Amino acid sequence: MKNHLVFDDNDPQSELSTLNLGPTHPATHGVFQNVLQLDGERIVSGVSTIGYIHRAFEKIAEHRPFYQITPLTDRLNYCSSPINNMGWHMTAEKLLGITTPKRVDYMRVIIMELARIADHIVCNGVLGVDTGAFTGFLYMMKYREHIYEIYEEICGSRLTTNIGRIGGFERNFNTIAFDKIRKFLNDFPSVLKESEALFNRNRIFMDRTRDVAAVTAEQALSYSWSGPILRATGVDYDVRVMEPYSSYDEFDFEVPVGVNGDVYNRFLVRNEEMWQSMRLIEQALGKIEKESSEIFHADVPEFYLPPKEEVYNNMEALIYHFKIVMGEIDTPKTEVYHAVEGANGELGFYLVNDGGRSPYRLHFRRPSFINYQMYAPMSRGMLLSDAIINMSSLNIIAGELDA
Amino acid sequence: MGKISNEELLNSIKAKFESEVSNVTEPFGLLTLETSRDNIIDLLTFLKTDEKLQFIYLTDITAIHYPESDKQIGVIYHIHSLVNNVRVRIKVFLADGDVHLPTATGLWNGANWMERETYDFFGVVFDGHPDLRRILNVDDLTVFPMRKEYPLEDPNRVDKHDFFFGR
Amino acid sequence: MSEIQIVEAPPGIEGSGFFATSLDKAVGLARSYSLWPLPFATSCCGIEFMATMGSHYDLARFGAERLSFSPRQADLLMVMGTISKKMGPVLRQVYLQMAEPRWVMAVGACASSGGIFDTYSVLQGIDEVIPVDVYVPGCPPRPEAIIDGFIQIQKLVQTESLRRRSTPEYQKLLASYGIQ
Repeated sequence: MKNHLVFDDNDPQSELSTLNLGPTHPATHGVFQNVLQLDGERIVSGVSTIGYIHRAFEKIAEHRPFYQITPLTDRLNYCSSPINNMGWHMTAEKLLGITTPKRVDYMRVIIMELARIADHIVCNGVLGVDTGAFTGFLYMMKYREHIYEIYEEICGSRLTTNIGRIGGFERNFNTIAFDKIRKFLNDFPSVLKESEALFNRNRIFMDRTRDVAAVTAEQALSYSWSGPILRATGVDYDVRVMEPYSSYDEFDFEVPVGVNGDVYNRFLVRNEEMWQSMRLIEQALGKIEKESSEIFHADVPEFYLPPKEEVYNNMEALIYHFKIVMGEIDTPKTEVYHAVEGANGELGFYLVNDGGRSPYRLHFRRPSFINYQMYAPMSRGMLLSDAIINMSSLNIIAGELDA
Repeated sequence: MGKISNEELLNSIKAKFESEVSNVTEPFGLLTLETSRDNIIDLLTFLKTDEKLQFIYLTDITAIHYPESDKQIGVIYHIHSLVNNVRVRIKVFLADGDVHLPTATGLWNGANWMERETYDFFGVVFDGHPDLRRILNVDDLTVFPMRKEYPLEDPNRVDKHDFFFGR
Repeated sequence: MSEIQIVEAPPGIEGSGFFATSLDKAVGLARSYSLWPLPFATSCCGIEFMATMGSHYDLARFGAERLSFSPRQADLLMVMGTISKKMGPVLRQVYLQMAEPRWVMAVGACASSGGIFDTYSVLQGIDEVIPVDVYVPGCPPRPEAIIDGFIQIQKLVQTESLRRRSTPEYQKLLASYGIQ
């Protein structure tokens, strides 16, 4: 195995020691390797090595028809798969010129915001674990299970959801799903309050996180940061507001920003985003009631896969099924960039189409990949234990990092 | 949407780089233009530092491969003006065998890994890059896997018989 | 009647004041309920493992409360997630560092067979580099499936003879992976 051991430890007089953190270190929640040079407990310099679960998503995407790319997006940021699914569907819809009905938009908002809450639960829970509070993690994880139960009701799967189709959803939300969403909205605030009471003004937690890894807005923008960690530095860049998709412009919500971009600010921003997500879901539930309850996809038979029963019993559906699966429908020869606000930041899809069955080129702008590159430079001069909680507060997801 | 229209943006670019930009299109409202290797950094610098435009945010750098055309490799920059909320896409096409491009790391620190990724997958050499080596793939890989001529599947596999896959 | 439940004794001869069974069974029983798993979590399945360890599913009920992040003290290597060719040597290194007796569980489609990622960069199943005892299907498997796989491992542990690790068959198996 060839390692990027860039430091020369042969000098016996040297006071510095080299620590190989990862790729399977328990404190790094994923496969990241950082070779650090330490002076006592202080980091002098570090080099990140990534790519330990590189799975060639972009190459696979060039060999898959449009509707088969959704399962790939699941596995990018697997803590909030529905956001990736919806982002991909919206990219394809933009390319194909499909406008979705309002009800589909609201359904998407619900599922995306639930995913955002699930992602932030993991991130903030794990940050709690790393600062020594396992309790918070256990409290919050239970409610992530409730979100997974909602997913299961909607699509039958827990983690890699593969929700929806190009043009809408494959089936309507059933009444149990709506009941579960309402129950979640009812129960979760008290848990989040409890967790906030546990952390926000906790002396140990504050001492461990305040002014740790503080980042200025200029630095963050220069490193192309996005998402909650950019907002923690005070920049109010949120794709949902800047380039509203899925009818986000009709909703009333706030974009929380931090002051100095340290770990504590990131934690607070994520917490506040969970409150805002709940507001969004509540509004979406209200708006859905005004729409016809039968609509769950756009009327685009040439792109929306028909249900299986229809395929077996209906000639027209059979023809469309055949045409979609065999890729016999012309698609525009153009390129499109579409971004959604993923749980970690701007998740962009750059799709170049040559009119064929599968994309000519599909590039994912993966926030984890771009956010992570500042990690090694910003660790310089930091204590080792601070570098660990800095990593958990960046919420780098290995699947998204390595694609 | 944005505070300045694509037309205004294009005019201010053309005022400085009249002859250097070509193939201007607007797919889905996103201004797309092509420039050459010699002008790319000047153009990016202008867009970033111009007081009115302020394209301070580098969204992405990636590449594309057209094996049939003369200039096979295209490098694509997406940049974003957060103040005006406008995006622009800039492309540079390079001929195979001479895939060199000046680095943008002097403008944005974030360009570092994006360029390394582009190098890793397409073999685009960014001149002046501080640390240009493979990032996602194994170090001893000899090919640039995202180029169209390289297969998706591992060609060295022995356990997979074409017979069972209907080929 | 106490509410504390204890496992049933292995088959043996019982009388007043004594209980006799073979050493294999007694050791197997003890081992199977105190397995220390080493979670080698790389991707999606690792998140499901988090759920398995969490309060809702609680793997600790099966005697696996103590996760051993050091391979030296671990009994069970749980490989969860895609193993790329870059990661393969690391996984092998971790396996080599574990002491006998050691068991390996491949959780999820990627670890078992490469899953949907039939690409140049992904190892097509960890059994290309290390021997595997139990495969858990699913992409990702539900926590129940992971627990089921864990129970299968426990059964293997309970029925394993004490001398299995020194048999020629086992040596041959390791040799086929190039492990001494």
